[in-house]
Amino acid sequence: MNEPLPAEDNPVAEGQRLHPLGLIVGLITGLPQLIFPMVAAVFGTGSRDRPELIPVVILAVLLISVFFRWLAWLRTHYHVGDDDIRIERGILNRSARSIPYDRIQDVSVEQKLLARLLGIGEVKFETGGGEGEDAKLSYVSLDEAERLRETVRARKAVVGTPEASAGAVPEPDLPPVFAMDTKRLVILGFYSFSLVIFAILGGLAQQFDFLLPFDWWDFKNWIGIAEDNGVDITHIDRSVQIGGAIIALLALTAIGFATGIVRTFLKEYGFRLDRTAKGFRRRRGLTTLTDVVMPVARVQAAQIETGPIRKINGWHALKFVSLAQESKDESHHMVAPLAQMDEIAPIMAEAGIALPSTEAQFRRAPLLWWGQGLVYLWIAMAIGTAATIIFADAPFSKAGWMLIIPLAFVPLVWLEWRNYGDLVDESQIYLRENWWNQQFSIAPQVKVQSAEVSQGPLARLFGLATLHFGIAGGSLRFAALPLEDALAVRDRIMDAVAPVDFSEINRRG
Amino acid sequence: MDEPDQLKPLDPAYVTVMRISAALMAVPLLFGAIILETAQFTASGLFIIPAAFLAVWAVFRVPSRRFARWHYTLGTDRLRIVRGYLFFSDTVVPLGRIQHIDVHQGPIMRRYDLATLTVHTAGNHNSSVSLPGLRHADAVEMREAIREYIKAAQA
Repeated sequence: MNEPLPAEDNPVAEGQRLHPLGLIVGLITGLPQLIFPMVAAVFGTGSRDRPELIPVVILAVLLISVFFRWLAWLRTHYHVGDDDIRIERGILNRSARSIPYDRIQDVSVEQKLLARLLGIGEVKFETGGGEGEDAKLSYVSLDEAERLRETVRARKAVVGTPEASAGAVPEPDLPPVFAMDTKRLVILGFYSFSLVIFAILGGLAQQFDFLLPFDWWDFKNWIGIAEDNGVDITHIDRSVQIGGAIIALLALTAIGFATGIVRTFLKEYGFRLDRTAKGFRRRRGLTTLTDVVMPVARVQAAQIETGPIRKINGWHALKFVSLAQESKDESHHMVAPLAQMDEIAPIMAEAGIALPSTEAQFRRAPLLWWGQGLVYLWIAMAIGTAATIIFADAPFSKAGWMLIIPLAFVPLVWLEWRNYGDLVDESQIYLRENWWNQQFSIAPQVKVQSAEVSQGPLARLFGLATLHFGIAGGSLRFAALPLEDALAVRDRIMDAVAPVDFSEINRRG
Repeated sequence: MDEPDQLKPLDPAYVTVMRISAALMAVPLLFGAIILETAQFTASGLFIIPAAFLAVWAVFRVPSRRFARWHYTLGTDRLRIVRGYLFFSDTVVPLGRIQHIDVHQGPIMRRYDLATLTVHTAGNHNSSVSLPGLRHADAVEMREAIREYIKAAQA
């Protein structure tokens, strides 16, 4: 299998082919996808009337599939170089991928049943790449897989962080970084007011309405039941009606709070965050206890969340945005579900993230920016009004009310404008946004992966641009900066970011 | 860090590649318009005229405009890509944040000896940034330069 290839346009031209037995595995695992083409071919060639042709057609489809797999196999090479692994593939679309050893976080070998029988395996090189799509070789012999793994381990300049695993023993008698007592849980429960139970009950009622003796949503039935029980609704007086409404409202509120408290207890009971040698360790849960360890170096940004109501008493939640080890891992880790700012600051400090200085002036985006939606809405309403006047012959006094609707949203626009702010200082970037789900994101500049200034056609008219920062596990968007400012801020941050390599920022700590 | 802001254009042959791709996309559009036209639902010309205008615009006007606005520079420590005809964007990827690199050639590009360079980052926004319309040799050279940079950054 180690046949060298003739030098093409590539300086490092010799490469290795994948294991030929992989063709068999590929063909067999790909069989389900061939069923439709086979059926189509049988009908398409009209061999339905001549059954003796069917096996021939099926065989032809199989052969075509084998041919293309063989062609793809022939055109796939990988090369284990001095600094990287190269994978070249593609029949018409040629693609060559280079994965530097230092970026490979892990090499995994996967063997499903069939591959195991044939003694081959699928090798995956896991990098920190944002959206999955890592490099894999399917399939190579097991010896080769082992050799690849060893090569990568040997060539990597520094050994990565030790695997984070749950259930590690924390250093004894260290107080937790953050913990919540029952009182705090109850408060959190109150803020978690939820009427979701009615949605669930409604959903169940709809699912199982065939079991109910009458139509759940039909009020006449309810009145009927009441009358059967001796209540004459025509004789219920006003005070009883009002009293009933108040009782119903109170019951609804009580249920909402109760739901919030129960859910909070189930999820957050015994919440405890420790700083161990391996990183942040979080334990929580009443029925299902979860125990998660997140290496400190993986923290990419902090996100402080609050809302207009819980903010009155100074309550916030703190989440860490992290570089996921695997795509299935969550990228936002709750580290403090309900805390005061003076409790949050020390937790962030453990991850090397600080609050902005108190004198810092946040930049606001022009009010006009937030009003964009209103402009579109108003245009739509104007068209609606015009259409009503023209086609329905309505006088303006009767159709003009539509033009007032957008005004109702003006306070919301103002709130969004008031709650937005961005800031860049020597080492971090800050963004606060939204009025209802207030989010305050803080990211160290070195954790920025890329920066983009963009401008749509409308923004260009006003000379405004958006500045996006790519963060592993999230992204920060600065809205409506003058174009020159956006470029200047971008370049200043890139000057801070570029000298520090990715491998450094995610291994230290 | 203080790189000269010398933005380079793409290879002019990429205009042709974009034209061919646009023309291939326009074929089904025109085909559909002709079918609707022959069915005579409405006054004649309601489908074919806009479709033809759109096709002409996409094949003759858009590629040259996009090409004129598409520039890049590979600095000592960062890759910058400026692009956009209707939607402008100016992206910087520090070389020290690149995870892996692809050099890709489609069949049309291959005919003109062009290639697309794609760099992958760990960020959720811009997890992969592509630069098409490079000479294949240039793309390979850029890949090697980035690889060298990553290797040197470890030392």
